[in-house]
Amino acid sequence: MANTESILNTNQKVSTRLKRLFIKFKKNENLYFIVTNPRIIFGITLFLAVCLFALLGPAFTDYAIDDWAGIGAPAAVAAPSIDNPFGLTILGYDVYTRTVYGLRATIMVGFIGSILASTIGIIIGLVAGFKGGMIDEFLMGLTNVFLTFPQLAILIVVAGFLPYRGIVHMAILVGLVIWPWTARAVRSQTLSLKNEEHVNLSRISSNSTIRILFEDIAANMFSYIFMVFIQQFLGTIMATVGLEFLGLGPTRGVSLGLVMRNALANGALYLGYWWWAILPGIFILFLLFSLYFINTGLDKIFNPELREM
Amino acid sequence: MGKYFSKKFIIYLITFFVAVTINWIAPRLIPGDPVRTMLATYVGPAEGRAILEQELRITFGLEGSLIQQYLTFWGRLLRGDLGRSITMYPRRVIDIVRNNIIYDIVILFPAVTLSWIVGNKFGAMAGDNKKTDNIVMPFIYALISSPYFWFAIIVVYVFSFNLGWFPSAQAYGGGLSPGLNMTFIRSFLRHWFLPFFTLFLITLGQWAIGMRNMIIYEVKANYANYMRSSGAPDKLVREYAFRNGILPQVTGFAIQLGQVVAGAILVQEVFNYPGLGRLMLEAVQRQDFFLLQGSFLALILMVLLANFLVDIIYMFIDPRIKASYTEEG
Repeated sequence: MANTESILNTNQKVSTRLKRLFIKFKKNENLYFIVTNPRIIFGITLFLAVCLFALLGPAFTDYAIDDWAGIGAPAAVAAPSIDNPFGLTILGYDVYTRTVYGLRATIMVGFIGSILASTIGIIIGLVAGFKGGMIDEFLMGLTNVFLTFPQLAILIVVAGFLPYRGIVHMAILVGLVIWPWTARAVRSQTLSLKNEEHVNLSRISSNSTIRILFEDIAANMFSYIFMVFIQQFLGTIMATVGLEFLGLGPTRGVSLGLVMRNALANGALYLGYWWWAILPGIFILFLLFSLYFINTGLDKIFNPELREM
Repeated sequence: MGKYFSKKFIIYLITFFVAVTINWIAPRLIPGDPVRTMLATYVGPAEGRAILEQELRITFGLEGSLIQQYLTFWGRLLRGDLGRSITMYPRRVIDIVRNNIIYDIVILFPAVTLSWIVGNKFGAMAGDNKKTDNIVMPFIYALISSPYFWFAIIVVYVFSFNLGWFPSAQAYGGGLSPGLNMTFIRSFLRHWFLPFFTLFLITLGQWAIGMRNMIIYEVKANYANYMRSSGAPDKLVREYAFRNGILPQVTGFAIQLGQVVAGAILVQEVFNYPGLGRLMLEAVQRQDFFLLQGSFLALILMVLLANFLVDIIYMFIDPRIKASYTEEG
């Protein structure tokens, strides 16, 4: 008897807990809207699909990156077919295989690079917005200087002088160039949060600046920072793919931009091998398109004051 | 007014200073003897090689301490001496840059101004009409989600190779020499159209999205509510919203310029169209460091100049700056 009672009790406990969670969920309007917003659902689904493709894609190919898949010389090139869904390159490599591996490299660079860029941008934006005065002037001056630079031009110059470029090198390089936009956005958001009552309270209780910044300001900006990160990821992927296409991507292995660069260099368009020049890029389009969708959905919900930019 | 300008000017000066410093540091990232590395690609007469080696040694810091080298670098620069190209010896870098920058200007200037005007119009239309918004916006998002070069590849494939309407590469037909005759001008325009059009399309999206958000925001603002409640027609409210929305779009110009330049470099690469971006890439491939430094610097100067122009325009249209001007007398 005691046993069943305890089980019943725990059951009740669990159900009340679930109820509470549900109530909490209902109360948290933002979360509720996020989960029910069709745009965001579409965006997240598409994004996950591309990531899954990058993760599991290699399992669906019989070839390694540099495996020759041609049917026989001299006609190595082939249009998409059942065996080679994206066709073959002029040298008889499988475009699908190269695309999957290239996409993985590109996403890796984009991810590491955007984490780095977001971190730099958020810290600079928070400090500049919160401290104000000379520090603000200096940091924003620095940001504006970096913002004025044509980013790709700097990347070309620096990448051009680096003899070896791995994925991490690339990510750091892109991340170090692309942060200013985040800094500006976070600063304007900090300015609007700075004089909220809870922040002043925190200040009166003589909490340290770092604690105020992270616990009272950044915590309240979490949703905004999430959006900034998405923006940054977009920018990083764009810059990375561009660099790869210019032949300044990772020096080893395949990258998405490089596949298309080789296609163009070998006259793929002129010869009508559209699958080699165009198909690999579709995944970048899907990836970025899904992120834009997520962001506009979130924008509607949070309605941040991006307009101050 | 004075304050506004001096602040901007300081930013530009620092930007230029940083650009030159990056230029100076970059070749020093190469391990080993840069002069050897550079001369490995040298093609030309042997006496040229000796002269060049000497010139390179002088420039690349075998002259005194690092600080001295740095100052020498600046000194040459301010005299307009960008050195000589290694792969096109003995041509001066400044001449090569001058020949190429024209192509950048003919593509960039019309593409940017047109896309700004058209993009703002689209954005405004989407901002105050739900139906238009739902039709236009997905296209705009698809446009800004496609990597620049990829979009350019598709344009080439469709308009050049499939439809055959425009040539796919170069700035003018082979065998022609630049001049003011009809044959050349026609050829030039036909080659110019696709790169220009591609750049116009890829820069359009950003303006449209910015303007759309501004309009949505402005139409809900207090003054708009006040106007509506006092019986102003919707059209007038929209016009005011548009006017207020256009200001940040002008400031946005400066932020967008870097993106536009990136777009231009990639589009020029796809179309094999001359310009500073292509010059930089060729210089990287051939390890022609003087040419790389020169073209990079020219690009930065071009962007700074464009920024400066935008600032002047902004000064004329922003009432707040005008007001401060009259106050200062």
